[in-house]
Amino acid sequence: MEAIKQNDVTANDLPWKIVYDASRCTMCGSCVATCSFRAIVPKVERRRMVFSEGNFPEPKTRFSAVPVIRQTKSIRDYCRGCGMCEKVCPNDAIKPVRNPDTRLPVITRCLGGDSIKRGGRKNLEGSIRTLDKIRVGRISQMTDPSLDAQRHTFDLLAPFGRILPPHKLPFTPDDDQQLITNEITPPVNWIYPVIIGDMSIGALSWRMWEGVAMAVAYLNEECGMPVRMCSGEGGVPARLLKSKYLKYLILQIASGHFGWNRIANAMPHMVEDPAGILIKIGQGAKPGDGGLLQAGKVAEHIQAIRGVPKADLLSPPNHQGLYSIEESVQKMFLSFNAAFKFRVPVAIKVAASATSVSVFNNLVRDPYNIVGGFFLDGIDGGTGAAHEVSLDHTGHPIVSKLRDCYLAAVTQGRQGQIPLWAAGGLGKTGDLAADAFKMIALGANGVFTGKLILQMAGCVGNDMGRCNACNTGLCPTGITTQEPALTRRLDPEKVAQNIVNYYLAMDQEFKKLLAPIGNSSLPVGRSDALISTDRAVAERLQIQHVC
Amino acid sequence: MCRIGAIKSLNYIHPSMALQLMQSQQKGHDNSGFAMVMQNLGGIFEPYKHLPTLSMACTDEGVKIAEDLLHEVGFNRVTQWAPEVNDQPGLDINAMPNYVFETFKYPRAYKHANRKEKEELLLDTRLKLRRALEENEEGFVYSFWPDLLTLKEIGAPRDIGTYFNLWETDNRFTAKVITAQCRQNTNYDIVRYAAHPFHLQGYTALANGENTFYLKNKEFQQGLHRGYIGFESDTQCLLYTLHYVHRELGWPLHYYKHVVTPLPFAEIQQREDQKQLLGIRQSLAHLELNGPNTIIGMLPDNTLFTCCDAKKLRPVVIGRDNNTIVISSEVCGINEILPDRDWEIDIYPNEREVVMINDDLEVQRWKQ
Repeated sequence: MEAIKQNDVTANDLPWKIVYDASRCTMCGSCVATCSFRAIVPKVERRRMVFSEGNFPEPKTRFSAVPVIRQTKSIRDYCRGCGMCEKVCPNDAIKPVRNPDTRLPVITRCLGGDSIKRGGRKNLEGSIRTLDKIRVGRISQMTDPSLDAQRHTFDLLAPFGRILPPHKLPFTPDDDQQLITNEITPPVNWIYPVIIGDMSIGALSWRMWEGVAMAVAYLNEECGMPVRMCSGEGGVPARLLKSKYLKYLILQIASGHFGWNRIANAMPHMVEDPAGILIKIGQGAKPGDGGLLQAGKVAEHIQAIRGVPKADLLSPPNHQGLYSIEESVQKMFLSFNAAFKFRVPVAIKVAASATSVSVFNNLVRDPYNIVGGFFLDGIDGGTGAAHEVSLDHTGHPIVSKLRDCYLAAVTQGRQGQIPLWAAGGLGKTGDLAADAFKMIALGANGVFTGKLILQMAGCVGNDMGRCNACNTGLCPTGITTQEPALTRRLDPEKVAQNIVNYYLAMDQEFKKLLAPIGNSSLPVGRSDALISTDRAVAERLQIQHVC
Repeated sequence: MCRIGAIKSLNYIHPSMALQLMQSQQKGHDNSGFAMVMQNLGGIFEPYKHLPTLSMACTDEGVKIAEDLLHEVGFNRVTQWAPEVNDQPGLDINAMPNYVFETFKYPRAYKHANRKEKEELLLDTRLKLRRALEENEEGFVYSFWPDLLTLKEIGAPRDIGTYFNLWETDNRFTAKVITAQCRQNTNYDIVRYAAHPFHLQGYTALANGENTFYLKNKEFQQGLHRGYIGFESDTQCLLYTLHYVHRELGWPLHYYKHVVTPLPFAEIQQREDQKQLLGIRQSLAHLELNGPNTIIGMLPDNTLFTCCDAKKLRPVVIGRDNNTIVISSEVCGINEILPDRDWEIDIYPNEREVVMINDDLEVQRWKQ
């Protein structure tokens, strides 16, 4: 007999319980082989059986050793509820069941003496999302007809780059009444309004990253959709840097500067300019906190790409400068502008915050026109790894903050001059077109999305505590791991296909939203197209309240 | 729905012609109002082409407020004309007590002022008048500009014509360009300021259509220029964009089309002037016009033009004879006033065209 002490970890302390039916199990071993968390193990149980032989009851007892599958009782190797065992079981003999009485948040801290870390998104679900309280309610009828989503043409593009106020455009009419210009203006790229958000090689498996890059190339070259992806902070394979596909990539630099040595070295060999540079100051999922790549995921190729040893890789919470953070960021802007000879727009990404409007005002009022985009990331954004307390308890929702920034621009007559890009839980319900469209009507030029891209690839994590183990390097779907055996579960071609198909579907849905409001180009700031039955939401966002 | 029309002639024409043009299209509008702007004036205003004329509808108190204010600024009246009204019972008109058309000399201090300074003074004075009269709804100032006057009223166009005796042609009240529209703007409140044509510093615009980017236009325009106010109608946005592009930015007229209905990106990329077109699309994105529309515009130099939305959802036709050119929402209006013209040379502009008519009635069709 095992002796159980009162404080031992047992299955009912853990967030998921394995329900196992020995009578259906064929002992094939698939579940154990597939569980990347080692949360289930084969064991032998001693079973007592009472039986009777002959014509009259004559109970006898027999003990036998029976092979079974049992749950690991450990705060390291515990079940994350990913459901891979259920997926592979041929006989429906096993599945994880959520344990509402879990004590994990307490016992992990008590036993580990360290903060809890995980991946995924905020796991505190309080109320209905704001975006789901908003509808597109201004429908064109009669004299102002709806368009035909199938027949009409639509211009679904958004700017990435600094846009001059009209009176600063260096255009003068010549004798033939044509405007001529000889001056250089800040570079602006018109791209699809949904950017694939910044997820690094390192956070993602190389096969996942390859799948995303393939999807982007296919969307551009075969579907005519200028979709861009952001590299994330972690470098880019040299082969991609030197290829023509670089033009579809936004290179990111964050406070760790990981991978930039390799990027700088590749510059003389680049045959195309990158689509843009994104300086990451903060991230919505863990505002005020830097990136975190745990040593378990720093495989050999990650060490090579980032130029680091196998160790926990922490990006500092802010960019380190000699005199001030502002100075170091400004220097970065200037050096990137200069490095690419003012041909590549440089934008900034910050976490949504109570102070976002002040930050935005500072940027939009700068007279040098250096900031080519304001990427604002809200609390519902995803991450590969963060402290759970940051994930669940810090941050600012994106919807009202994006609206505040847009209205701040309106007040100054500067709307559109620094394109606003929003993220943070958009597409959380699986319906990104609707979320993006509403954000655009509230003033965003476009949106960016990361977590949803993983879900397209097969990520099983959700916002109710399922999986969320991206930080462990043991991703059961092969998406956020560097373990060769796990990454092989992921078929990059299938990933690419899913992303491409999702984008095609989303494009159709955008048109289905544009057509009824009678617009053929994106309705940036057309808040008159939105309504809400929630008075508080309507008042806060300055849209029409309806009932 | 609005119906719009414009007549430009080598000779002075009477507003009865504009009424006729609009009357035959009455099934297309809702008979809720009549508004017109006359430019290049004849008759009693012909000797005063260089001096500003005030067009206003107001109460007796309003007349006093306006005259005091103008006197204070230093304007001196040189002539005035009040239409003889025919106040017979049963007319569908919501009339104001006074309709004032007065021409003024500039203040002495402006004796040596240049044109631009005078134009700014006229705008500032009109805005002051509007504010002063707005307090107790004592009146409405439609325009204060040389060689131009505006008449607007709520009611049935036929009865408005009868009330002002406009059906009977005479030589006293004429112009070489008349733009007219027959509907009070009922998308929003019925207010006199909401009826187009609208006028600002020599620019006039009227439209048949909807501007679904009204909010975007409005939010952007209200910070661009002190004269961009009111926004009682989405058509005002079209006027302000015209004023901004042509006067403030100093760009040739055809760039107005690039601002309100920009080419699709795919087409811009094929063009030699893509840098300019992209620059316009980027920096003036909030002045884009989306929705069905036909616009008629008039410039300070009497140039008349028309253009449509990018999907050609609203009609417009241009007909002409040797002395007169007419732009109209419906061809029946032109048939009414130019019955003997050669209708085979009528122009039905397409969605990428701007048709411009200069003072010699020369027609230019410019493709975007």
